[in-house]
Amino acid sequence: MGGTAVDADSLQIGYRNGRDAVTVLSDVDLSVPQGEFLTILGPSGCGKSTLLRVIANLLDPLGGRITVLGSTPEAARRARKTGFVFQDATLLPWRTVLKNIHLPAVVGGALSKDLPPGRIEDIMALLGLSGLENRYPSQISGGQRQRVAIARALVDEPEILLMDEPFGALDEFTRDRLNDELLSIWRDTGKTILFVTHSIEEAVYLGQRIMLLGANPGCILNTRDLRPIKSADNRCRREDPAIVAEIAAQRRMLAEAT
Amino acid sequence: MILLGPVLAPAFGALSILAAWQFLLPLSGVPSYIAPTPTKILSVFVTQTDLVVSNFWPTATEALAGFFFGNLAAVMFAIVFAYARFVRMAYFPVVLFFNTIPILALSPIIILIFGLGMTPKIIIAAIICFFPTLVNMIRGLESATVSEEELFRMLSANRFETFLRLHLPRSLPMLFSSLRIATATAVIGAIVGEWIGADKGLGALIIQATFNYQSDRLYAAIVASSSLSIALFALVALVEARVMKGWAK
Repeated sequence: MGGTAVDADSLQIGYRNGRDAVTVLSDVDLSVPQGEFLTILGPSGCGKSTLLRVIANLLDPLGGRITVLGSTPEAARRARKTGFVFQDATLLPWRTVLKNIHLPAVVGGALSKDLPPGRIEDIMALLGLSGLENRYPSQISGGQRQRVAIARALVDEPEILLMDEPFGALDEFTRDRLNDELLSIWRDTGKTILFVTHSIEEAVYLGQRIMLLGANPGCILNTRDLRPIKSADNRCRREDPAIVAEIAAQRRMLAEAT
Repeated sequence: MILLGPVLAPAFGALSILAAWQFLLPLSGVPSYIAPTPTKILSVFVTQTDLVVSNFWPTATEALAGFFFGNLAAVMFAIVFAYARFVRMAYFPVVLFFNTIPILALSPIIILIFGLGMTPKIIIAAIICFFPTLVNMIRGLESATVSEEELFRMLSANRFETFLRLHLPRSLPMLFSSLRIATATAVIGAIVGEWIGADKGLGALIIQATFNYQSDRLYAAIVASSSLSIALFALVALVEARVMKGWAK
């Protein structure tokens, strides 16, 4: 602990299209200390998912400098220090729940062939998936599928969890419950979490800090520290006046920017 | 109607048509050398069992072998085309051109090269199965979603692992749908081959029966070929159900 999980300087983010480069998000300066829960909030097209993909090394930056845990994003990915949770759970429909969670141990060469005994059982218990081992993804609910995706990302203990609107397709009740479960996993494991969402409520409820992005062109509008309005361990109640006021403030900043 | 269910309703439909055929056809005055009644066709299977069976097995062997080799080749070509961009650019148009040659035009050449044995029929059946499976299999291998590809990259999976654990299983639904189609086309290929030059097989039986006005034999040969297709189809469906267990959306 105490180190820097993600460090970026004047990062240019976008897509290369042949010889043309389309910038989605420019001049990103970002420093995320290890163990932090950072939410990245913004409307569609602001480049929040693209930023997450650069940190994950699913996409190369167009310019600027970025380090993940002191090394390149590629080295961090190859060492399985970053885990990614996609918006659609991205479970393989031909593998059972157990085999989906086991996937990181069977691909990627010798990276994680030897999971400690009981590891998968523990992670399944942590996410309330015990008993679903032999079900197929088509036989479980949307919320359960997303839990399996989180279990798979956690199975070989990454230090940073990158989450791209993981609860965006779920109903509000399931989403609220998974928010609380994610927070308790974060408290238990001390992992760094970068959580992308377009839900203001979710961003405020989950994050110790919020990075607010604007669209057209994509830019960082501001970064706010929420620790002062939450109790220790990043706890808060959704109906707390300070939380409600923060949601209103974020909504206002987004409206002013467009 | 609810009581009829998924088995009884089609059985009732088929039996009603057979009954109409059996009893209305003689009344309409169509001579039996043009269209025999179902019972006359059935009697061929009973009284001339040896004739039907001895012509069934060659066709079944050719269709099955053609189905196997044609689809095996299609799957292997698809894998090469899906992963070797240059090979695909260079040779896919050639395959495309080859596919435009009507199988009826190609068959005499194949018979000319390979003679009158079973080999040319197997080759014709294989060719006729090949192209649909090739195209479907390439599409199937490329049907993984963006996030599935990203997941495998995130896990630092190499090309072979991505092929084995993602692209190959992803291709199975499309592979099986073309295998189902191929069950019928393989039988067509074998019969077409037998028309052009063979002294045994259901195709040969069809030709002989036609020229001898033995319409009961002709129709019996048709029933036998269609049963062959159905048996192959059922086999594929059985394997598919086994392989894709639990996968269904």
